[in-house]
Amino acid sequence: MAEYSVIGTSLAKVDAPERVTGKATYGADLDLPGMLWAKLVRSPHAHARIKHIDTSRAKALPGVKAVITAHDLPSLPKGATAPLVGEVSIDMSAIREIVMASDKVRYHGQVVAAVAATDPFIAEEAAGLVDVDYEPLPVVEDVLQAMQPDAPLVHEDLHMLEEATQERSDQPSNISTHMVYTRGDVEAGFAAADAVVEKTYTTQMVHQGYLEPQACAARVEPNGRVTLWTSAQGHFTVRTQLVTLLGLPASQLKVVPMEIGGGFGGKALALFEPTAIVLAQKTSRPVKLVVSREEVLRATGPGAPAVITVKAGATKDGKITALTTTMRYDAGAFPGSPVARGLLVGLAPYKLDNMVAEGFDVLTNKPRVQAYRAPGGTPAAFAVEALMDALADEIGVDPLAFRQKNAAEEGDTLPLGMPLNRIGLTEMLRQIETHPCWTTPLEGPHRGRGLALGYWIGGSFTSSAEVKINPDATASIFVGTVDLTGTRTTISQMVADELQIDPQDITITVGDTDSAPFADLSGGSRITYTMSAAAHQASQDVLTQLKERAAEKLKVSVDEVGYQAKRFWAKNDTRNEVSLAELARESVAWGSGPIIGKGSTTRMQPAHAYAAHVADVEIDPETGKVTILRYTCFQDVGKAINPTQVEGQIQGGAVQGIGWALNEEYIFDNGELKNASLLDYRCPVALDLPMIETVLTEVPASEGPYGLRGVGEVPIVPPGAALANAIYRATGTRLYELPMNPERIFWATRGNGTNGSHGTNGSGGA
Amino acid sequence: MKQAIELNVNGEPHAALVDTRETLLDALRYKLGHMGPKEGCGNGNCGACTVVLNGAVVNACLVFAVEAAGADVTTVEGVAAEGNLHPVQQAFIEHGALQCGFCTPGFIMSAKALLERNPSPSEPEIRLAISGNLCRCTGYDKIVRAIQTASRSLSQTA
Repeated sequence: MAEYSVIGTSLAKVDAPERVTGKATYGADLDLPGMLWAKLVRSPHAHARIKHIDTSRAKALPGVKAVITAHDLPSLPKGATAPLVGEVSIDMSAIREIVMASDKVRYHGQVVAAVAATDPFIAEEAAGLVDVDYEPLPVVEDVLQAMQPDAPLVHEDLHMLEEATQERSDQPSNISTHMVYTRGDVEAGFAAADAVVEKTYTTQMVHQGYLEPQACAARVEPNGRVTLWTSAQGHFTVRTQLVTLLGLPASQLKVVPMEIGGGFGGKALALFEPTAIVLAQKTSRPVKLVVSREEVLRATGPGAPAVITVKAGATKDGKITALTTTMRYDAGAFPGSPVARGLLVGLAPYKLDNMVAEGFDVLTNKPRVQAYRAPGGTPAAFAVEALMDALADEIGVDPLAFRQKNAAEEGDTLPLGMPLNRIGLTEMLRQIETHPCWTTPLEGPHRGRGLALGYWIGGSFTSSAEVKINPDATASIFVGTVDLTGTRTTISQMVADELQIDPQDITITVGDTDSAPFADLSGGSRITYTMSAAAHQASQDVLTQLKERAAEKLKVSVDEVGYQAKRFWAKNDTRNEVSLAELARESVAWGSGPIIGKGSTTRMQPAHAYAAHVADVEIDPETGKVTILRYTCFQDVGKAINPTQVEGQIQGGAVQGIGWALNEEYIFDNGELKNASLLDYRCPVALDLPMIETVLTEVPASEGPYGLRGVGEVPIVPPGAALANAIYRATGTRLYELPMNPERIFWATRGNGTNGSHGTNGSGGA
Repeated sequence: MKQAIELNVNGEPHAALVDTRETLLDALRYKLGHMGPKEGCGNGNCGACTVVLNGAVVNACLVFAVEAAGADVTTVEGVAAEGNLHPVQQAFIEHGALQCGFCTPGFIMSAKALLERNPSPSEPEIRLAISGNLCRCTGYDKIVRAIQTASRSLSQTA
């Protein structure tokens, strides 16, 4: 592989100075002249028919400029779709209902109307004056109850899709999709096992917890075109949805990406932007819509909970002979939970000759879930990795050796059918063997060590880059991909090495939808991976154009032009040379014009990412509180373009997973969220955590110029089981439900409580 | 009801007509031109709006603007002296102690205030001092290390 001088170094984040000085501009930081403030009116019922909405009192309040309901949004045929990424489409008629409910509310906090007023106080008062007449309906909140034939129906006209046959059930159902993947003969596999363990695991709804509440602003320009500013994970994705939802051509809609204060999957859909635009159209004034933290927690779309049963058998020497799993994912009020991803992520670390993997996408009267970092993966890995630990224990095999014996390898087939290209799971597991976090004895009472694996398929889809050479031989990169956490920096590093120029001489801009090349949304650990191909291609395009111009000047053929360190020369006479500076200067003075390189990719092979976490914990036997003594993350990153940023991604993802494992959960009462604040929905704070150690494995991915793999998703996957397995070794009790908060541990270690109440589990493995 | 207030923000005198229900955070952002402090929760749980008010570290979302009449307020925009980044800001950049950056203005203020009252804090003291600031991107590791580095560089220049 080529030598790089910028790739592989921890270049400081190129957009850090504006962030540490408070100058970076996020969605809520827009303050437009004449701007109105919008406020949403939300349902106080989790399930109710909307009988009538009276907006007259709200409209009469001085300062109120518009009040809208779903009738003010363009109508949409049922089942209307828009492309989300690649070939994946989303049901825009469902998105329209989430934007504003038309005839029925299906979760507490669903939007039913919106107001625009001259200041936020008037807007809030007006929202309280919108009179909505509801007919409350029975609420179904629990995923297993929702699957029962007599459960209240979230959608009266929804019939279960059987994925294999593409047939719909005769009776309406809260199960939107049922899927089954099979391989080999599980009965024979279980018959060949020396031990079989079966358990059911439960996780709760959680929130992505991005610090910035959703914010956008819309303005109708004098020519009728709409400008929209938004903090979203993909402004082109938002535009695509708005084209369908509002019936506007893309040419009439400019979407400007603002800095985004975290997304983690939760800011992919256009759930607020349509309202801001319609209010701006109604009032002919700019309208800003910023939601409150309470609204964020209640109704923007959390991460999916699941109830997962896993059964696996193994021989005495530690070989898995069969595995079955049933994963029931709660989608909330509209179809689309990440259950298929759950099946994939949970099983991907293992060679499975005999397997049945079954999934249900289930509807309840809860907010429609959105993606959350490695969507679907965390509940699945909690279940599978905790069960693997129990199975290894049952047959008396070391948990690391058990994983090594059954680890998937290149050429194996993933549970949903795709063959694995090059992966680094085996190499990564070998690193654990000798690492002090695994070899150092953990002494002392109430202490235990746990291991768990994680996986993420990595994203592909469309990314594009333009690289321009400025007249002074510096370079400008132009992209349409939103920078969530550091991709401006990694893309700049790639172009710096490709062009062999100083990163200080490069600037990078994330452009709006009118000016930047198209890009799919930022998510799924796809940006640095796909941009490595696009930026490489754009840089090579630049060099090719420059070499052509150099060849003309040097009077040799293009093949005979060499390039290094800003100088082009004739290979047969290195004294015959021309500088990049000269070519750059001439490009705009005479000759062939400015140099603009373009690169694009729409589909790359998956760059599979595997991780393993090792956790040491101590349990307070009086309170059940977990203290994490040491936490180490192993991950195959392919190639770390920027090691500091890679570590930061891993640490941040691991801590989100730790929060999910130990603290975080939505607490509902008849469909109403009872802990809708950051005090009661407790994300980890600095005091809860140790330093998070990271160990990078670099087994190059099969595709891409540098062999890198996306790194952001997978670190959230292993913590649930790593901590559950550690807690088991500390207490002798296995937990089957997240979060493993002090109360659950207190009662589980005393043999009662709600530990695994959904399943048939015993009170523990002690 | 509106009320006129005068106050110093980052050493400069300012005046504004504010609603009596308006928070100091909203007044700073929408009346006084300081968008650095962010609103992540509006009820004092996240720390993204942290500012220094008459020497005390506060959540600007929990103070009414009218309460700040006559006060000295320092926001993140006032931390870099004459365009030179403060050692805390430099250390955040050097350590990669930020990703999305939305919480960063609050962390910079809490960290700077910590080092002013305790120039050599231990790791637990650092973690306690920033436990009123939520960060969802970094897992805090690099933030703690940045504050340790800033502590060292401040003691060298002192």
